[in-house]
Amino acid sequence: MAAGDKGHLADPHTTPLSELDVSDPRRFELDSWQPLFERLRRESPIHFQAKSPAGPFWSITRFEDIVAVEKDTETFSSEPTIAIIDPPDERRAPSFIAMDQPQHDIQRRAVQPVVAPKNLLEFEALIRKRTGEALDSLPEGETFDWVELVSRNLTTQMLATLFDFPWDLREKLSEWSDAITSDERMTAGTGLSREERLLVIEEFLGIFTQLWHERKGDDQESFDLIRLLQRDPNTANMVDDPLNYAGNLMLLIVGGNDTTRNSMSGGVLFLNEYPEQFEKVRSDRRLIPSMVSEIIRFQTPLPHMRRTVTRDTQFKGHTMKKGDKVVLWYCSANRDATVITNPDTFLVDRDSVRNHASFGFGIHRCMGNRLAEMQLRIVWEEALDRFKHITLMGPPTRICNNFVRGYSHMPVQVTRV
Amino acid sequence: MPVIKFIEFDGTEHEVDADDGMSIMEVAMKYDIPGIDADCGGGAVCGTCHCFVEESAGPLPAVDPQEESMLGLRPDRESNSRLSCQLQVSDSMGNMIVKLPEFQM
Repeated sequence: MAAGDKGHLADPHTTPLSELDVSDPRRFELDSWQPLFERLRRESPIHFQAKSPAGPFWSITRFEDIVAVEKDTETFSSEPTIAIIDPPDERRAPSFIAMDQPQHDIQRRAVQPVVAPKNLLEFEALIRKRTGEALDSLPEGETFDWVELVSRNLTTQMLATLFDFPWDLREKLSEWSDAITSDERMTAGTGLSREERLLVIEEFLGIFTQLWHERKGDDQESFDLIRLLQRDPNTANMVDDPLNYAGNLMLLIVGGNDTTRNSMSGGVLFLNEYPEQFEKVRSDRRLIPSMVSEIIRFQTPLPHMRRTVTRDTQFKGHTMKKGDKVVLWYCSANRDATVITNPDTFLVDRDSVRNHASFGFGIHRCMGNRLAEMQLRIVWEEALDRFKHITLMGPPTRICNNFVRGYSHMPVQVTRV
Repeated sequence: MPVIKFIEFDGTEHEVDADDGMSIMEVAMKYDIPGIDADCGGGAVCGTCHCFVEESAGPLPAVDPQEESMLGLRPDRESNSRLSCQLQVSDSMGNMIVKLPEFQM
């Protein structure tokens, strides 16, 4: 399949399901994924696909089935990885999201304090100041890229803070984040080759190893992710296992970056598509937290997670074999009308708005969810103080990726209050 | 009808009548008690309805493995930690005092 080849996407309504590639990232680039998943939920909610660029896999598309799989961590393992594609065996970089209990709990607990409420309170003023500065500096009366000047800018600053990363080099963090999630096998060939990605991993591991050694034993009362790992006896020597260190760094870089960045952009798009919802929030600011949850549902910045079957099993009448890949399509769960009323509509005052699939369920549920919600809440609080309108000037450019659902470019003009 | 006393982290108390068959989480949501988020709506898969059961007139049901795995990730876990969605109000469990944590995550 050639990069950028958009001419041969089979019609999801009429093509036999057995001939459709559920994982085709171009449907996310074209934002045409909904009909296929709607059909899967109806006709084949537990669907086996024999051939794909990632090999054979099961697709789970209903909300309740995804919850059931995530609860049964003994049958559905997060090892060896949680994306549809397999890592190269000899360079597998294990992170806690791709571990089962008890190791998962041990490594997650080491870094969890970074998003503890004490830290969040300290972050709030800092995030608000930076958000205000970024929004104040936006040009008026001309079109600019919201992704670059707002979403990418703010999430990169946040990530640099979480790592206490050298400020002048912070752009590197977003570059690495993009590189990590752009494996050519999940981007229809548009991403990086294995060799190119390994070079990126070498580069960031080099810098982070240096940071580790500079900080080791300096006893600073800092809650950055590196010192948190050093302080916990279970992870105090993680640097000696470079692949495990690299794996957790990659998890924290992607987890703290792409997801929030793309939700920050998605919100602008949705409020342009649903102007009456924008008016609702403008006239009642108390709806902002609810709107933030709705943005995260509607965006579903990570469309899937993957599990691997540990033993032959029956799941809702289907025989799954040990080693089978099971892909949980969060984007589909978030449009499942049996759980979410009128799911294809963006509604800022929706009932049970927090009950969406974007953070996952069970022990792997998103660790940074409260921080992400806070960042988005602050962006909208500060934006509504400043802007009457944030107007989309043309269609956004979406990335071609089945693991990250996001935007590379979003042309916008703002009108100040 | 059992009476549940919720005590927020800052000490604010709320005493409410609870209907049989509701979970403690649902009682908290019904009366808008601050401090319970209950993101997942009662499935024991988000951990955001964590509470501490200070007193109960009758015995509580045991913690099952799913509840245990979610409680295990809580940095503020105590021996009386429970997910309030997993506790059904009943006359046999009787009146309860439930403390709420500083935060849900």
